[in-house]
Amino acid sequence: MRRESTLVGRTVSKTIKYIVCIFLAILSIMPFWIMMMNATRGTYEIQQNSISLLPSTYLISNFKVFEGKAFNPLVGFKNSLIIAGGATVLGIYFSCLTAYALVAYQWRLRQPFFTFIMAVLMIPAQVSGIGFYQFMYRIGWTNSYLPLILPAIAAPAMVFFMRQYLLGALSIDIVNSARIDGANEFYIFNRIVLPIMKPAMATQAIFAFVGSWNNLFMPMILLTDKAKYTMPIMVSLLRGDIYKTEYGAIYLGLTLTVLPLFIVYFALSKYIIAGVALGSMKE
Amino acid sequence: MGPKKLKSVSYAKYGYIFSIPFVLAFLIFTAYPIFYTAVIGFTDLKGLGKTDFKFLENPLQNFEAVWKNPSFQKSLENTAIIWICNFIPQILLALLLTAWFTNQRQKLRCQGAFKVLFYMPNIITAATIAILFNSLFGYPLGPVNDLFQMLGIADGPTEFLRDKWTAKGIISFIQFWMWYGQTMIVLIAGVLGINPALFEAAEIDGATSRQVFFHITLPSLRTIMLFTLVTSLIGGMQMFDIPKLFLNGGPDSATLTVSVFIYNQAFSGSYLYNRAAAACMILFVIIAILSGILFYLLRDKDAGKLKKQMRELKKAQKAARRAEA
Repeated sequence: MRRESTLVGRTVSKTIKYIVCIFLAILSIMPFWIMMMNATRGTYEIQQNSISLLPSTYLISNFKVFEGKAFNPLVGFKNSLIIAGGATVLGIYFSCLTAYALVAYQWRLRQPFFTFIMAVLMIPAQVSGIGFYQFMYRIGWTNSYLPLILPAIAAPAMVFFMRQYLLGALSIDIVNSARIDGANEFYIFNRIVLPIMKPAMATQAIFAFVGSWNNLFMPMILLTDKAKYTMPIMVSLLRGDIYKTEYGAIYLGLTLTVLPLFIVYFALSKYIIAGVALGSMKE
Repeated sequence: MGPKKLKSVSYAKYGYIFSIPFVLAFLIFTAYPIFYTAVIGFTDLKGLGKTDFKFLENPLQNFEAVWKNPSFQKSLENTAIIWICNFIPQILLALLLTAWFTNQRQKLRCQGAFKVLFYMPNIITAATIAILFNSLFGYPLGPVNDLFQMLGIADGPTEFLRDKWTAKGIISFIQFWMWYGQTMIVLIAGVLGINPALFEAAEIDGATSRQVFFHITLPSLRTIMLFTLVTSLIGGMQMFDIPKLFLNGGPDSATLTVSVFIYNQAFSGSYLYNRAAAACMILFVIIAILSGILFYLLRDKDAGKLKKQMRELKKAQKAARRAEA
């Protein structure tokens, strides 16, 4: 009797768990699903009923609304790609270099430097925003991509991650044998150490890229030229009054801005989830 | 020994050389702007396109003005409320899901798919999510209104975004929705890092799932949870994208956060760079104090635990010696 009741209890508790998980999964998908479906629906259709699980046929006419307006997803895509791509490449390369300096060499300031990196790990970008803007304005770098790309060279969190990885992956024997073969330190780093770090680079590249791609605060402060707007700034234009009555077009605009992210996410989700778990091991 | 020593000395310089790019970039793009922000806080710098300034006679004038500004006080209060209303449900749900997903006796299927879906909102541009939710809660036409009427929760359309607490609640919900998946994955990784021998011992002793969770899993996760708390707090204090684009701080400043306040002071018409800089510094100090407190609590407890263990060990040794005698 008792055994039966625990069995029933277990089935019930398992069912509850599945119901909650499925509800949460729907909660994750639903807003984006409605967005994508409405992107293909006409304004009149949306006015009749704004929830539809099936697409309609107004995709192209919704797209035409954007003609001649400031919202230009292609320009935003290109600009964000340049900035996020540049920041990712620089961030990855120099974080690896700094991590290598911290792991492979015995120098007097090594430990203090590492402590320093840990201390500045969490300085938020916002607190330096005004000084950063004024500084860039004075040297004529507003409306330039450089202030959005170059700061990536100093990415404390990434250095930390790379260091942890390198501690486990680098064998100093390989470095030493390369030295005996007469390779110089730069060559060793570029040709021997960097390939070892590929898995860590891939994980960090995803997060660096997405982080830079999604950034709104700094680009919004620095970029005033419409031709230089990044994707998130383009999105912010959709709040404007021009689109107030073009329901389908708003949803289409939103969809276009996140489509690349969805593709990247579902293609790499396995690595991304593993990367999130790995990034938490900060002990 | 001689040559070897010489060798290590000659290579040490590369430690410095390879650190130069990081240090330079940090000094130019982080340290100097922070210093410059602090300086601007003591000056009369305002107006579009202005870069020259002079120091104020009363150096703390901006800081006093910001601190006493009702909007700033309101923004601090809003930031705190929104953060708390997002963090508490977030950590609770993440813990619940962690308990479910790591329960060895009752394995759930499709865990990978659930993780992918729960984490998804985190990777999507916050700016897009803010405007999407603005459209979803539209009035009089909007998916949420339609849903409520379809389910019979409401008779007519509700103007959600006019109500101060509803607006705050929706922003808290968005934050919660974007972050609980991340917190859950981090906590699950933490559980997987716990020594399996602990769980096995509990199993042999006949502990229930609940006992295992509260007496083994939860205490072992303390460090990771505190780390999550600190990162969430620092992130929450800078909350910008969603409150800015969801309702631009409205209605009636109900969703004005500190970062939106700073942005509006400096870039939305008034160009009060000095006031905004002072607000930045106040925010910086608040974040530094809060994370200082949290890290102190974390470190102190661990050190205390260690001391306690040492004391117990000594006691046991003493007892053993006594028994021998």
